Amino acid sequence: MALLDVRKLTKSYGETQALSDVSFQISKGEFVSVIGPSGSGKTTLIRCVNRLIEPSAGEIVFDGKEMTALRGPELRRERARIGMIFQHYNLVYRLTVIENVLHGRLGYKGAIKGVFSMYDEQEKRHALEILELLGLGELVYRRCDMLSGGQKQRVGIARALVQNPRIILCDEPISSLDPSSARIIMDYLLKIRTEMGITMVVNLHQIDVARKYSSRILGFNKGTLVFDGPSDQLSQQKIYEIYGAEAGELIND
Amino acid sequence: MNSSTIDMQTPSDFFRYRNVMLRIFLAILIALTLLSAWHTELKVGTFFTALPRVASWIFAHVVPDAAAWSRFPSMLEKLVETIFLSIMATTTAAVTAFLFAIMGSQCTRINGFFAIASRAVASVSRNIPIAAWALIFLVTFGMSAFTGYLALFFASFGFLTRAFIETIDEASDSQVEALRATGASYPHIIAQAVIPASIPQMISWVLYMVETNIRDATLVGLLTGSGIGFLFDLYYKTQQYKSASLVVILLVIVVMTIEFLSNHVRRKIL
Repeated sequence: MALLDVRKLTKSYGETQALSDVSFQISKGEFVSVIGPSGSGKTTLIRCVNRLIEPSAGEIVFDGKEMTALRGPELRRERARIGMIFQHYNLVYRLTVIENVLHGRLGYKGAIKGVFSMYDEQEKRHALEILELLGLGELVYRRCDMLSGGQKQRVGIARALVQNPRIILCDEPISSLDPSSARIIMDYLLKIRTEMGITMVVNLHQIDVARKYSSRILGFNKGTLVFDGPSDQLSQQKIYEIYGAEAGELIND
Repeated sequence: MNSSTIDMQTPSDFFRYRNVMLRIFLAILIALTLLSAWHTELKVGTFFTALPRVASWIFAHVVPDAAAWSRFPSMLEKLVETIFLSIMATTTAAVTAFLFAIMGSQCTRINGFFAIASRAVASVSRNIPIAAWALIFLVTFGMSAFTGYLALFFASFGFLTRAFIETIDEASDSQVEALRATGASYPHIIAQAVIPASIPQMISWVLYMVETNIRDATLVGLLTGSGIGFLFDLYYKTQQYKSASLVVILLVIVVMTIEFLSNHVRRKIL
């Protein structure tokens, strides 16, 4: 059974259709890149999965649960099992690295424990192990506004990992980074997929990066899924279909 | 301004357009000023001819005499009362304003109804002048420090709610999104993202409000017969200008000291 099953997903803002009738399945352990020009619906798509954005129509079945039907605590419980990484890191910059990482545990916490940062010994140890794994062992008590872009994104990854997620959604994780930091981040994402078996869905702007890291690519144009296949089957013709007039520039560089 | 709607041929067209707009704006401003002066029969000339008299009067009465200094202890007592009143009004208003700001902010609001209601309440309490608040409560609570407290409270509450809403909107949008995505509940998000992200800016507003309130407390005291404002009123009306002057000097010193301290704190936390 598929881990994520998206059926006839549609999202419209008034007249504009951000997503129209999108269907696909993702199995456990896949590394899927989602590509397409700005405004093609990539961001809307992954935010519909954890219901940060309410879909207008269609179904999203995650791990056997119908996401669109969930309310309150049930929705929180499912969100806790879905990690998310953002283009602008979305950390609380005035807090330290470890505090930001432990925010990943809030989905499993009651009101009082979460409000007063009462995390278990085991949770703290887990957070430290993950930080060590991501090469942030030296920066545990550093405030996040003191970190570089690449380090901030690694804190974002750590926050997603302490959730013990079944899947991680990445919204343009490398678009704000320099090429060398971007490569480090992509390598970590790949490592998390291969060593921990966590399914990855990554929105990307760069076709070459998508081809290099992912086993499968979803291509969007104006809210419609126009390509779904293994990375090596993404032909020039298909790239034109996805990017339209922009395609020339993308291939030349 | 959307420059593409106007036909812009060259950069010099663009700058010519800019200059014309600037001149029109200045012309309107000057016209409004002249109109207001004419309407209020303001005689700017009189002010300047009277200036030497004003100056000599100030110099004759500004230096406190022995009688003024003998009242120094009672002034100090009233001054301390005024400072504490201002601080209490500010802190209680800040806590209330925080709750309303959470309701009113786009990124933390619970629903549309509460958001509009909280903004409306804050807007009304901000737009009623502090003197009007004092007079309103005067009717019910009489001439007392409590009336002064209420006036300061409502004016501060309105101002701080608006300031806090802007602070929360600016500081916490992306963090709120990230925490929602982890499955955090509403209280978690407020405690772990909104408060840490916006607290320094909020403290800064509170400090500013304390300064403002000590100044305003004088005016309010004048109306409600309490605090340092009452003393000033008393000395002024009994023509003891040198004592009144000492009150003003004390106030200036206190406000400047508080401003200096809060600037220092602000630099440390921001």
